[in-house]
Parts: sequence; C-alpha cells; structure tokens
Amino acid sequence: MVLVYIDHQDNQIKKSTLEAISYGAAVAAQLGTEVHGLLLGTVTEDISTLGQYNLKNIYQISDASLSNFDAQVFVKTIAAAATKVGATTLVFSHNQTGKALSAGVSALLKAGLVTGAIALPNTSAGFVVKKSVFSGKAFANVSITTAVKIIAISPNSYKVVGGAATTATTTPLEITVTPGQVKITALNKTSGEISLTEADIVVSGGRGLKGPENWGILLDLAKELGAATACSRPVGDAHWRPHHEHVGQTGVQVAPNLYIAIGISGAIQHLAGVNRSKTIVVINKDPEAPFFKAADYGIVGDAFEVVPKLTEAIKKMKASA
Amino acid sequence: MKILVCISKTPDTTAKIAFTDGAKKFDEAGVQWIINPYDEWYALVRAIELKEKDPSVIIHLLTVGLADAEPIIRKALALGGDEAIRVNADSSDSYYVAAQIAAVANTEKYDLIFTGKETIDYNGASVGGMLAAILDTPYLSLVTSYSIEGNTSTITREIEGGEEVLTVNSTVVVSCQKGVAEQRIPNMRGIMAARTKPLKVLEPSTADTLTSIESFELPAPKAGVKLVSADNVEELVKLLHEEAKAI
Ligand SMILES: Cc1cc2nc3c(=O)[nH]c(=O)nc-3n(C[C@H](O)[C@H](O)[C@H](O)COP(=O)(O)OP(=O)(O)OC[C@H]3O[C@@H](n4cnc5c(N)ncnc54)[C@H](O)[C@@H]3O)c2cc1C
Ligand SMILES: Nc1ncnc2c1ncn2[C@@H]1O[C@H](COP(=O)(O)O)[C@@H](O)[C@H]1O
Repeated sequence: MVLVYIDHQDNQIKKSTLEAISYGAAVAAQLGTEVHGLLLGTVTEDISTLGQYNLKNIYQISDASLSNFDAQVFVKTIAAAATKVGATTLVFSHNQTGKALSAGVSALLKAGLVTGAIALPNTSAGFVVKKSVFSGKAFANVSITTAVKIIAISPNSYKVVGGAATTATTTPLEITVTPGQVKITALNKTSGEISLTEADIVVSGGRGLKGPENWGILLDLAKELGAATACSRPVGDAHWRPHHEHVGQTGVQVAPNLYIAIGISGAIQHLAGVNRSKTIVVINKDPEAPFFKAADYGIVGDAFEVVPKLTEAIKKMKASA
Repeated sequence: MKILVCISKTPDTTAKIAFTDGAKKFDEAGVQWIINPYDEWYALVRAIELKEKDPSVIIHLLTVGLADAEPIIRKALALGGDEAIRVNADSSDSYYVAAQIAAVANTEKYDLIFTGKETIDYNGASVGGMLAAILDTPYLSLVTSYSIEGNTSTITREIEGGEEVLTVNSTVVVSCQKGVAEQRIPNMRGIMAARTKPLKVLEPSTADTLTSIESFELPAPKAGVKLVSADNVEELVKLLHEEAKAI
C-alpha cells in the first residue's frame, strides 16, 4: 500500500499535499496497489473530498498531543502508523513539513529515502527515483534498496490530478503517542504573501534595482500576476528584502512555471536555485548579462522603464481576456 | 556545554558539473572542495559565537569521509572549534552517515548538535532528521535563529508561509540555514592554531546503507533566448500568454 502524509496548516490542506496525493495515486497505480492518506491531528475541512485525487481512504490519528507540531513526536507516530497499516511506499511533499519528517521516518523504519524527487519511480528493474542534485544543475537516479520505500516529492514537480468522482473514507487509527519536549511559543505568519516554494509565478529582483525603496515596481508586477517575490543573495544580505526571499544555491530553490528575473546578473549560484523553472524571463540593461543564456525570453532594457510598462500590458491583456 | 557541528565537503559553487564512468560518477577533475556553506556560514559560526560568549563551551567538528575530506575539516578548525573527528568512511548514503554520527554522539554525549540545512551537492536535507531519530532527540529543521539561556534553547524555524518560535530543554539536533549567523573569514591566528588542534580519525561502526546512486543526468540545454524589444512589452505578454502559456 502507498501511504501519503497529509500535511495541513490552519485547517487547510496545501497545494503541495495535493501534489503528493496525486503522485502517490500514480505510484500506487504503477505498483498495482491502493493509495491511502495519513492525517495527524484534525482539520475542519471536509477531507472526504480528497477522494477526487484518487485517494481511497484516510487514516486519522486525532490524539490531543498532535495539535502542536513536534517533529520527534510526529516521526514516531508516522513510523508506527506506517507499520500498523502495512505501508510499503510512503510519500511526503518535500516542503518545510516534509523536510522535518521524512528523514526521521526513514531512519526509524530503515526505509530508503529519496528527497527532492521530481518524477515517478522507475520500477522496471528495482525502484529508482529521479531527484534534483547540485541545486538543480543535474539529476541523480537513486535506487532504493530496502523493502519499504519513502519518496519526498519536490513542490511544483508533479501536477495535481483531480476530478475523480469518488470520496475518501476516514478510518480512525489508534497509535500511542508519546508527548514531546518542544513548546511552541509564537507563530509569525508572513500573512498575505504567497509561499515562494509553492508559487506558480515568481518575480525576483537583484542589485540592479539599486535599493529597497525601488521595490514598488516589482511588487506591483507580482501583485498583478499573483506571484510570489524573491531576490538574489546580495539583496537579502543587504536587508533590502527579508532573507527568506533569497533564492539560489545557498537560498531557497524554486521551480515555478514562470520566473521573472529583474536586474539580476545570473551568477551560477543564483541560476542553481532557479533553473528548474519552466519559463524564465530576464530583464536586464546589460545585453551581456549571463542570465540571458539561461532564459527563454528576455528584454534588454532599464528595469525602471520596462517593469511598469510590463505591469500595464498585463493589466490590459487581462482586461481584454 | 558540549556542541557537535557536522561538517560536510562539497564542490565549490562555481564547479563545473560533469560526470564520468558512464554518468555513474561525479567528475572531480579540477574541482575545488569547500565546506558545505550551510555548515560553515551558519552552523559552525553560531557554535563559535556561543563559545565566545561562554568560554566553557566545547566544540567538536565531525565529518564522515575518506582522507580527501581532511583539508575541509582542517579548514573548519581554522574558523574555530576545539577538536575534530573524521569517521573514515564513504559518505554516499545519508542513513549510513547519520548512523556514524549517532555512534560518535552516543559516546561523546553532546548537549547540542548542529547540522546544515542540506548539502549543496546531493541536496538530501536528511542527515539531521535521521540523526535525531536515531538518537531519539527533538529535531528542529530549517532553523533561522538559535539561542540558549541556562538549559533552555530558544529556536526560530521556518514553516510554510512563516516562522515558528519554540523552546526546548533537552539535547536537540538543529539544522541551520540563513539567519542563524553571518559568514566569517578565517584569520591567520585561527589557521595557525588549527595546526595544533587534535584531529581524531575513527573507523566506521557497522551500519546499513538504504540507497545507492545509479546514474546522473544533465538537464537538456535551453533552446536559446527570444529577445523582445524594450519598446514592445506587449509582444512579451503575448508570448508568455500564447506560446509559453505561463500567464
Ligand atoms: C558560495 C557562494 C554562494 C552563493 N549563493 C548565492 C545564492 O544562493 N543566490 C544568489 O543570488 N547569489 C549567490 N551568490 C552570489 C552570486 O555569486 C552573485 O554575486 C549574485 O547572485 C549577484 O546578485 P545580483 O545579480 O543581484 O547582482 P549583480 O551581479 O550586481 O547584478 C546586477 C545586475 O543588474 C543589472 N542592472 C543594473 N541596473 C539595471 C537596471 N536599471 N535595469 C535592469 N538591469 C540592471 C546589471 O546589468 C547586472 O547584471 C553566492 C556566491 C558564493 C560565492
Ligand atoms: N559526510 C558527512 N559528514 C558529516 N556531516 C554530514 C555529512 N553529510 C551531511 N552532513 C550534515 O548533514 C547536513 C545535511 O546533509 P544532507 O542530508 O546530506 O543534505 C549537512 O549540512 C551536514 O551538516
């Protein structure tokens, strides 16, 4: 059985989880087995609707000590649940929650793990999963050599496949949960912002924008596109933008549908974090900027003139659509 | 307080990524090796800061790697830390590496273990979580700030769409990323001092490997950029809408 970890936050099932469910369903179909979900804690959302992603059933552990996230507690609970229901393949999203959990479950179950997977496993001979390595500069085909297997699928790498006319059942699962040692004292939401790793479109700015006071044009474009915002490392280092927006080899790695780079030169360390983006647009006043070599579309020009015009043109297109 | 900082070796960020042996091996020809940036800039520097505040702090640096990892752990010692340990083993499977670190931690009894968020070559983001699970300690991933007062660690970690602040009173494994500290440059005094600091080499304990790399691939090259005139942004919007179907 394929078991997908159902991540939730503020009573909501995130897009990255829907991708993981769709991926898990495809893995199950490939292996000729069933796909189930595993939900720790409770959500107000009607989870039976997850059936539309071909999820058959959701095992739910609603112990009170699972209402606050503690990786140590969650890892033990998931490992125990996986063993109890007889899961042979576990699927996580390689999002923030997945990064806290999948490795621990792998160690407890001694189940081989591939994180940052970007495609379905190849099961023609063994069980080989393709993952992104060297921060997106290459891929590795990794063979899992244990009986139980764990895959953490990269956000934005597998399409959500919905629309099945079925509902998922819920089965309560009894697992003894040992309370943890971590006390959460505050939650700081970057409210209203679109999560960078989940975003379909990312608008990113570099040193070419000259200073934080000039970010308005970029924010306007991002708003018009419903995009998340990002920046190059020097911009984060100079505190022009918050450090969680820094993308690249030593920052966040993103793979959106569309990445728009404004006033970024395209250093190899920057490209490493963004070159899995489907379409890359570069706006730079220097025709020799290395980023153009990695781009699909480019405009050689001054960002301060081009970006506001672009925002206007998108507005117009939307109005006429 | 006794702190362990886990140090891994990665190719320099500008290294050419190529493969040999029928795409089975990373081509190391001409590659410069560095300390994994997350381990150096954030984990190690934060540990050094804690020692600067409280000189009774002891810092151990640990790498799992063959003899070619030695210059890297020496370089880390030049930044700071009291002694280094190299477990003499291949480091290609995350679980195997975590099991080696756990074996050392079980004898040395650390109060705090720092790892980097991930290595920039294999991007596993796994060793810290595996280590915590083996040791049965709390695991704090994607940490952006760490401080300690008495026995209580206060930690900020990244969650989807924000941050979470928490406290914990036990030994913890913390995976460090940007925010935890600021990158430092090693100075001459540190480099000289590192020469006399102990570097212990341990033989590996028995542990399983759970995965193996079959082969590598390079991404398909881009077709080439389509340039649009700065006076005709409408053309770009049209291309993005109709050709790329991106907006
Ligand atoms: C170990 C290591 C790790 C690193 N990791 C990262 C990482 O993760 N992410 C990252 O981003 N960097 C990283 N870097 C830094 C990287 O090497 C570059 O220095 C950095 O990406 C450059 O940022 P930038 O493009 O914003 O600035 P610059 O290189 O200064 O480029 C600015 C660009 O703006 C253009 N420009 C100027 N004015 C205008 C205008 N009016 N309109 C349009 N364009 C304009 C210029 O032509 C230029 O191309 C790393 C470096 C090292 C050594
Ligand atoms: N061979 C190794 N020796 C010591 N520590 C390691 C090794 N590999 C990984 N680590 C630590 O674990 C972190 C995460 O690595 P990874 O799971 O490989 O992405 C790194 O930032 C290091 O702190």
